[in-house]
Amino acid sequence: MTDLAPPPAAGCRGAPVLKERGQREVFCGLTGIVWLHRKMQDAFFLVVGSRTCAHLLQSAAGVMIFAEPRFGTAILEETDLAGLADAHEELDREVSRLLSRRPDIRQLFLVGSCPSEVIKLDLARAAERLSEIHAPRVRVLNFSGSGIETTFTQGEDACLASMVPVLPETQSRELLVAGALPDVVEDQMLELLEALGISPVRTLPARRANLDPSVGPNTLFALTQPFLGDTHAALTRRGARHIEAPMPFGDEGTTAWLAAIAREFGVTAERFEAVTSAPRARARKAIAQASEPLKGKRVFFMPDSQLEVPLARFLTRECGMEAVEVGSPFLHDAIVGPDLDLLPAGPQISEGQDVDLQLDRVRAAKPDLTVCGLGLANPLEAEGLTTKWAIELVFTPVHFYEQAGDLVSLFARPLRRKARLHLASNMLGGLGADSPQPAP
Amino acid sequence: MKLSVWTYEGPPHVGAMRVATAMKGLHYVLHAPQGDTYADLLFTMIERRDHRPPVTYTTFQARDLGSDTATLFKDAARDAYERFQPDAMIVGASCTAELIQDDPGGLAETMGLSCPVIPLELPSYQRKENFGADETFFQIVRHLTRPAEQVPMTCNILGPTAMGFRHRDDVTEIRKMLEGLGLTVNIVAPLGATPADIARLPEAAFNVLLYPETGEAAARWLERSHGQPYTRTVPMGVGATRDFIAEIAEITGKTLTLDETNLRMPWWSRSVDSTYLTGKRVFLFGDGSHVIAAARIACDEMGFEVAGMGCYNRELARAVRAAAKDYGVTALITDDYLEVEAEIERLAPEMILGTQMERHIGKRLGIPCAVISAPVHVQDFPARYSPVMGIEGANVIFDTWIHPLVMGLEEHLLTMFREDFEFHDAAGPSHHGHGASRSESTAQDNPAYADPGAAAAPRTPAGDPSMGSLDGPVLEWLEEAERELKKVPFFVRGKARRNTEAFATERGLTEISRDTLYEAKAHYAR
Repeated sequence: MTDLAPPPAAGCRGAPVLKERGQREVFCGLTGIVWLHRKMQDAFFLVVGSRTCAHLLQSAAGVMIFAEPRFGTAILEETDLAGLADAHEELDREVSRLLSRRPDIRQLFLVGSCPSEVIKLDLARAAERLSEIHAPRVRVLNFSGSGIETTFTQGEDACLASMVPVLPETQSRELLVAGALPDVVEDQMLELLEALGISPVRTLPARRANLDPSVGPNTLFALTQPFLGDTHAALTRRGARHIEAPMPFGDEGTTAWLAAIAREFGVTAERFEAVTSAPRARARKAIAQASEPLKGKRVFFMPDSQLEVPLARFLTRECGMEAVEVGSPFLHDAIVGPDLDLLPAGPQISEGQDVDLQLDRVRAAKPDLTVCGLGLANPLEAEGLTTKWAIELVFTPVHFYEQAGDLVSLFARPLRRKARLHLASNMLGGLGADSPQPAP
Repeated sequence: MKLSVWTYEGPPHVGAMRVATAMKGLHYVLHAPQGDTYADLLFTMIERRDHRPPVTYTTFQARDLGSDTATLFKDAARDAYERFQPDAMIVGASCTAELIQDDPGGLAETMGLSCPVIPLELPSYQRKENFGADETFFQIVRHLTRPAEQVPMTCNILGPTAMGFRHRDDVTEIRKMLEGLGLTVNIVAPLGATPADIARLPEAAFNVLLYPETGEAAARWLERSHGQPYTRTVPMGVGATRDFIAEIAEITGKTLTLDETNLRMPWWSRSVDSTYLTGKRVFLFGDGSHVIAAARIACDEMGFEVAGMGCYNRELARAVRAAAKDYGVTALITDDYLEVEAEIERLAPEMILGTQMERHIGKRLGIPCAVISAPVHVQDFPARYSPVMGIEGANVIFDTWIHPLVMGLEEHLLTMFREDFEFHDAAGPSHHGHGASRSESTAQDNPAYADPGAAAAPRTPAGDPSMGSLDGPVLEWLEEAERELKKVPFFVRGKARRNTEAFATERGLTEISRDTLYEAKAHYAR
């Protein structure tokens, strides 16, 4: 059906994985709220946690401070820790106050945090109780975004997985696509699928509670994000079947993803070609134009969003890069397997993190581009390494054909910038914040 | 349990990080779960630091909780010591680790590390970032200082930390000023200090406390234990800088003359272009020290009127309340961003002097804002030299505060040529480019001021108490009054509309005519 390049003789599935545990330089799952609350326009995310949780959300969401936030933190205080019964009462009071102030809210997520998990505050019970109080206007669900259980994008996974059990039942043979995408990208995807004759297509999460998809034993589902392991399991428990495919990044990923779905729904090769040829050509052209600075360059992925394997596949197969190490917080074989098959053998695949040891490997490998978190980017730049902040890969529209060029640019820009700047100096580091002590 | 949307201060362990990151040769082992590492980006991204903060996070997970998180801590502490070879270590717990009660201080003590290890007790569920910094610095000072003979005419500068509002440049400016007076700066701390420097603090004759929020506990202890007096005045603004010098003259017993050659601020304020600043109603909010200093500048040195003021750190509540009384206002002491927003809406000041939070409030309400205090954002770490303390600080403050405003000459031109196409209403201050929001348009966007019959715009800050005004009597602007209002220059039109409506409401009117508009104008004339 497609004229994609053949898979490599040896891929990375089954390659030895370096498993590490130690200090992790990643966000916790609460961070997902930053994009989930934009996606689900009638949802409020109430973190039950500490000042640290509130501060994290604020720091991660700093740029979005302009927006009227539909998230907040119920900050636990000394008295809440003393008696859990009182904590539940306090929570009920805060939720009532919140919902009366925000009549636009239709779904409320109680989000567990490290402190709420440690003191064993039962948010499932609270959600049940609050659902009874506030039904039918508001549906109350709970999930954990705590750092002791979730890493960064796992927060979205936990959120979507929490919704699956309450989705209505259906017997129809329908396609369900899971993964929060920016509306513009989601619309492109729906148009492509509709043009292929696949209809109706349901999405999880829906933009509003009343648009929730139904699910059942005849549901087929595809994932647009590689980090949806629990959601995958929850949908499978409802009888739905997963359509395995590489993630829809770039020309190859998008085409293979669409093709896998098309096969299930009996789309003819002619129709597939007719629908995809024009956007594919655009994607190829955009990738070719933008990827010049990446050709032959070596990339090192620190673990961050679990997008690392699919992105490494994209950069090596479509942009001419070589992967040195591909680190991921977790490897769900059932989900990233198809991408691992396509990723040419060679790079060290690693799972988990011990940041100091990994930084030793980065320094030894001297990659041309290091994909890492915000806490590490400037320090590595100061050492002379070029970096790409991983968080942008999650916050920016990068899926499907029309964003393929943008995705390349995210990686190419740091290298283009490095080539363009002429700030010759024997001093690599910044002149940042130091140092008021007198010269000896 | 308290619902919080945006917070002014982080948790106390972030305060400890500000101290650790400011210093050299110190390492912080923080018992914390994955995710707490987010705090690194405050320093590397917002402050653009070129090094990772010297912090090791133990990164415990749910599955560790049943077993042995204490061993995890000890392993992390040992690894950190071996890798970074610090001169001293601080150890403590973040909010979650506090709950599992592993006692990092006690554990570290048993490990026999060959550097001083300072335990921190920072109650995460009671206190906040400033306390965390203040307490951490105090503990470091208490543990590391050694008795010494004081050298006359020397001082330390206490309080500057990482992520502080203009600390880098304030320290440079104040050091230069002190050296110009014939004093020697012994140690600046915590910013740039090593544990060995901390040990030498008692060699100075007195301490300059630049930032009470983060240095007062240490300053008090040094006074008590090492007989070092410390300065109480924060040298921000012309008057305060002169008072600060007077305070040092008293401490040292010397006559000190401040070189004011480069002090341009007083003339800039007295010169006629600045007439337009007269009586501008300003609202001040931030940390207590900066607000108290800024209120004095606003009132005595800029000729503004203090319409309201407050602070988010309760530690300074008493001082801010006392200062507010001097300006005839009641201080707002809160860390609830929504309360501050409501107060600003209620007071409708012409300018806000606040934090990054108030800058966003100002943006929403169309009120110009200049930032005077932490919490900070990336733009508060400019590449150029821009202190807010001392002589140059006063100059910088003048420029910074008038920048969001329409300049005097420009205001004059706008009044003369307001019908001219180049000076159309939406133009805004010429130095801000297009799209600078004006109070008038915001007033119309706000349902509280919307014309009757018009659909209320959905923009409503959560829990906005001013929404209550919708319940009050509805005011109708007659067409002649609306027409007349349009002739009022746009930058005062919002105020004219609000004043007129307040005037009409007070008198129980339901209609606003052309006459009402001018009666209100006469009523509020000053």
